[in-house]
Amino acid sequence: MTTKRKKLKRATVGDWIIVAIMLAIIALCVLPVITVVASSFSDPGAIVRQRVSFLPRQEVIHEVVSASGEITTDRTFPIGLQFDAYADILGNSNFMRSLAWTVVLTLISTTVSLIMTVLCAYPLTYENLKGRKIITILILFTMFFNAGAIPTYVLYRDLGLLDNPAVLVLPGMISVFLMIIMRKFFMGIPDSLRESAEMDGASPFRVLVQIYIPLSTPVLAALGLMYAVGRWNGMSDALWFMRGAPEWHPIQMVLFNILQGVTPIDPLDPGQAAAAGHTEAVQAAAIVVAMVPILCVYPRLQKYFVQGMTLGAVKG
Amino acid sequence: MQRYWGLYAMLLLPVAFFIIFRYWPMINVLLAFKRNNIIDPVMTVDWASTWELGNLSLPAMGNFEMAFSHPPFRMAVRNTLMFSIFDLAAGFPAPIILALLLNELKFKRFKRVTQTISYMPHFLSWIIISGLAIRLFSPNYGTVNNILANSFGADPVQFLTSPNSWVGMVVGLGVWRSVGWNTIIYLAAITAVNPELHEAAEADGASRLQRMWHVTLPGIRPVIVILFILALGNTMGADFERFMALRNHLVSSMANVLPVYVFEWGLGNLRFSLAAAVGLFQNVINLFLLLGANVIAKKLGGQGLW
Repeated sequence: MTTKRKKLKRATVGDWIIVAIMLAIIALCVLPVITVVASSFSDPGAIVRQRVSFLPRQEVIHEVVSASGEITTDRTFPIGLQFDAYADILGNSNFMRSLAWTVVLTLISTTVSLIMTVLCAYPLTYENLKGRKIITILILFTMFFNAGAIPTYVLYRDLGLLDNPAVLVLPGMISVFLMIIMRKFFMGIPDSLRESAEMDGASPFRVLVQIYIPLSTPVLAALGLMYAVGRWNGMSDALWFMRGAPEWHPIQMVLFNILQGVTPIDPLDPGQAAAAGHTEAVQAAAIVVAMVPILCVYPRLQKYFVQGMTLGAVKG
Repeated sequence: MQRYWGLYAMLLLPVAFFIIFRYWPMINVLLAFKRNNIIDPVMTVDWASTWELGNLSLPAMGNFEMAFSHPPFRMAVRNTLMFSIFDLAAGFPAPIILALLLNELKFKRFKRVTQTISYMPHFLSWIIISGLAIRLFSPNYGTVNNILANSFGADPVQFLTSPNSWVGMVVGLGVWRSVGWNTIIYLAAITAVNPELHEAAEADGASRLQRMWHVTLPGIRPVIVILFILALGNTMGADFERFMALRNHLVSSMANVLPVYVFEWGLGNLRFSLAAAVGLFQNVINLFLLLGANVIAKKLGGQGLW
């Protein structure tokens, strides 16, 4: 009843103030993305003449004959699309190879992570499993303390993992935080289901595969998204451990190099300025290409990751 | 019991993972107490006692003494603490306020759209965010400077290249990235607040702001405390990718936070022992901050982490 009464109340000034604040927040989130998309479709000339903000613009040069018969040039910057920057970045074999590799890497890494996370979380839900408590504590401890980058680096060197693409998968296989979410979800599944299956002689592995996993698809989707986004967006592991193997660099590392590779230019030199405008457009296109896959996927999984995060917030 | 064998078999790979990738590196923490040597196995290297400095008071602490007398290290500690404090001051209350406002939003569809959009920055990597920041704030053709120049004829503002304003940008982008995402937990906590309390307050004539302050906020206090403890546990840390992505050569003094220092002096200059000592210093301080905050939170009558 109360919710119904609330809905019937008319929106007050306070409500509209909140709406205005939310609109401002939406603008703050969206405009930076729009400005990059606009640049990626713009003419380099329009970029260096500071005409591009939130809409893609082209540069058109007209010849104008003045009253005294002199011929001068005049520029206009109409709204329009240009695909040169995309042709450039999509024709860049380095970038495209890294993009393809990152897709494969993300698929492998997410699959491996989900399997490992389930294998870790499920046995730890059995309350009378011996050693469960100590294993859980030792796992949780790694959330709050780690050896640090250099000891890790030295270990990977000794294990032959440097410049080895496996280093982009193995060390991140299990996120303790996501494993806890998985475990909490498993614990919420009624024990009676498990017990009756075990009465019928099902092994724990069969119970996991035939009962628990089918019931857990929403959480698996959420965790899969988190692992996939983490891998797609990650670059510090490549920076630390893959320095000698640029052919295995994931897309963020390649993008990092593209963005760092800005050479200082003299804006007064027209040749340099045009080159700079082109560089800006290509960088913008590279950013858009690296960003689009995630922006397409995450809204579809919103319901699941919100559930997952909420589960992670509950103590227990 | 036979069925437990299956469970232990399942745990085999995950436990191996934690041993190899989380616990084994801890043996190499010994590097922090040893002479710098980038080739030989850690175990065979001599302890870093009275070498190089010549006036050491503690055995095997040479790397720590060296770090503390190294000006870039002190700079890194200073910068790390500075960014942590700014992040805490700006980034910690922001999602609480946003969650309170979202909760008051009457139009459900609009609320959902706002939430979806506000989660978006969380899904962008720091590299991509650095690209967005350059497109927006570059002094040459950045959108903000374009607008300033075209509408006000203003000179370009050095948003990303003057050290002080760069600090503001890093903090601001940090809030931008995390504020929406962090509302998820607070909103979940808010829905758990007993609605009868709101009705009682409303019946007593409490205004909306008063209800937000006296009902909703106390209702989510346990969650706020837990997240605050976790945030304090990273005061001596910083997000490596954030600073690597956003730094440029004009602000390198400010961008020198501890993880960046470890990268540059460890991998860049091959001072493994020095960098390992600094990493250990960072992680031990963070662990104690976390434990300390947890103890204080419990003493004050709240719930701790465990």
